[in-house]
Amino acid sequence: MKKIYLDSNATTQVHPEVIEAMVPFFGEIYGNASSVHLFGREAKKHLEKARSQVAKMINASSSEEIVFTAGGTEADNYAMRGIAEALKDKGNHIITSSVEHPAVLNTCKYFEKQGYEVTYLGVDEYGIIDLDELAKSIKDKTILITIMAANNETGTIMPIDEISAIAQGKGVPFHSDAVQYVGKMPLDVQKTKIDLISMSGHKINGPKGVGALYIKKGTKLAKFRYGGHQEKGRRPGTENVPGIVGLGKACEIATEKGQENYARVQCLRDKLHERIQSEIKMTRLNGHPEKRLPNTLNIGFDYLEGESILLSLDLEGVAVSTGSACTSGSLEPSHVLMSMGIDALYSQGSVRFSFSIFNTEEEIDYVMEKLPAIIARLRAMSPVYPGDE
Amino acid sequence: MSEYSEIVMEHFSNPRNVGEMKDPSGRGKVGNPVCGDIMELFIKVDENEIIEDAKFRTFGCGAAIASSSILTEMIKGKSIEEARKISNEAVVDALGGLPSVKRHCSVLAEEALTKAIDDYMSKKTA
Ligand SMILES: Cc1ncc(COP(=O)(O)O)c(C=O)c1O
Ligand code: FES
Repeated sequence: MKKIYLDSNATTQVHPEVIEAMVPFFGEIYGNASSVHLFGREAKKHLEKARSQVAKMINASSSEEIVFTAGGTEADNYAMRGIAEALKDKGNHIITSSVEHPAVLNTCKYFEKQGYEVTYLGVDEYGIIDLDELAKSIKDKTILITIMAANNETGTIMPIDEISAIAQGKGVPFHSDAVQYVGKMPLDVQKTKIDLISMSGHKINGPKGVGALYIKKGTKLAKFRYGGHQEKGRRPGTENVPGIVGLGKACEIATEKGQENYARVQCLRDKLHERIQSEIKMTRLNGHPEKRLPNTLNIGFDYLEGESILLSLDLEGVAVSTGSACTSGSLEPSHVLMSMGIDALYSQGSVRFSFSIFNTEEEIDYVMEKLPAIIARLRAMSPVYPGDE
Repeated sequence: MSEYSEIVMEHFSNPRNVGEMKDPSGRGKVGNPVCGDIMELFIKVDENEIIEDAKFRTFGCGAAIASSSILTEMIKGKSIEEARKISNEAVVDALGGLPSVKRHCSVLAEEALTKAIDDYMSKKTA
């Protein structure tokens, strides 16, 4: 059976060049980067190379602004809790959006329990916050604005340039969860003044469980945890050298070939979108038509429930994901689609196709050989389907 | 989703008795308050109170579709009296089990059946 992976916002295949770069660090180069001897120095050299590869991807002024973490969730926690603690004498108000990843949303819930006040900005039908509303909700007590760069479910891109200008104007630190954004879209922190940026390796063909936090020089941030002096004491613990080397390589590939790779990815994605629109009735795009990651296509199939589509595609070897309540574990429909005001009946039938640099045109043709029949079969089974006109 | 049993996947892939029924003896349409899904069951009952035919339509997950499909097989040929005794646990057992978060989907099947039988009874007495 064919195996087609269209769930790259969940995770990606590790790039062969990344694997190649990592292999020596599971074997002969095993030193502890903190040791002063030859073994340690060798590991340290590669650790610092990786740091500059990450820094370069976002054009940071110095690689010292990059701290390695154990992934995107940790970077989000570190940034948000680090600010909340460092600025607790200044205030207790945090601004975020209603469509953030759970790594941010649940950290905000934790803050609320701790007595912080959190403003959850709503979004429009495309999943974008209102900048006026953001500006108006900033108070003297506001210590953090945390808004994701791009949404994992819909791919919708937030106006991070404008948000950073507003945050700077008010002197409030701006953190952005850019886990889905960096590597797929160019980001230059000299132009877009973000104070804290979360990144993760496994969304950009790097390894899992490794990520980074960009901390703009001068940003007041409490330590993530207590321990040794690794990462300048900011995030102690013996470094995951193989993972970090892999992250560095993934960032290097993204810096060098990102634009070219994702231009191709976007062509494939748009081809699938056009074919779905012309070959399947009653579908809708969830997310912004243009301000959207080049690899993400979230489609609502009216009168259907997403898990049944996911299962049917899985039986044909095609991997996707859905915002349907039935697959969420919590049985709640997607908070992202709900925030966008999409009726529960329609959000149930949402399917996310997310592409990677390894997808091919043949794969899209194969999906379209299967998908129309799957949708027709399931609609024939649906008691809410009104029939074709 | 790999936690679905082979029987569930088989019924999901080849559901039995799908569709609408003209002039059913009883019809039960229920919504699942847990996840917003909908199931509709039709039964045709003969003069000896035996369910001679059953059909369903479901807007729901794989477990809901498989539950409705197997339910129609379980009730066909049974008397109304016997069919009434079929619980959601019996549906789960027949499916070779359901993941714990999916057990409520089988409750939908039980409720649709109860409602279809009640509908039949009320029409009969009317
Ligand atoms: C937007 C966003 N933020 C954070 C994360 C968490 O990253 P990680 O899986 O590396 O912890 C993800 C992915 O799961 C994500 O899509
Ligand atoms: S019917 Fe919705 S989760 Fe099963």
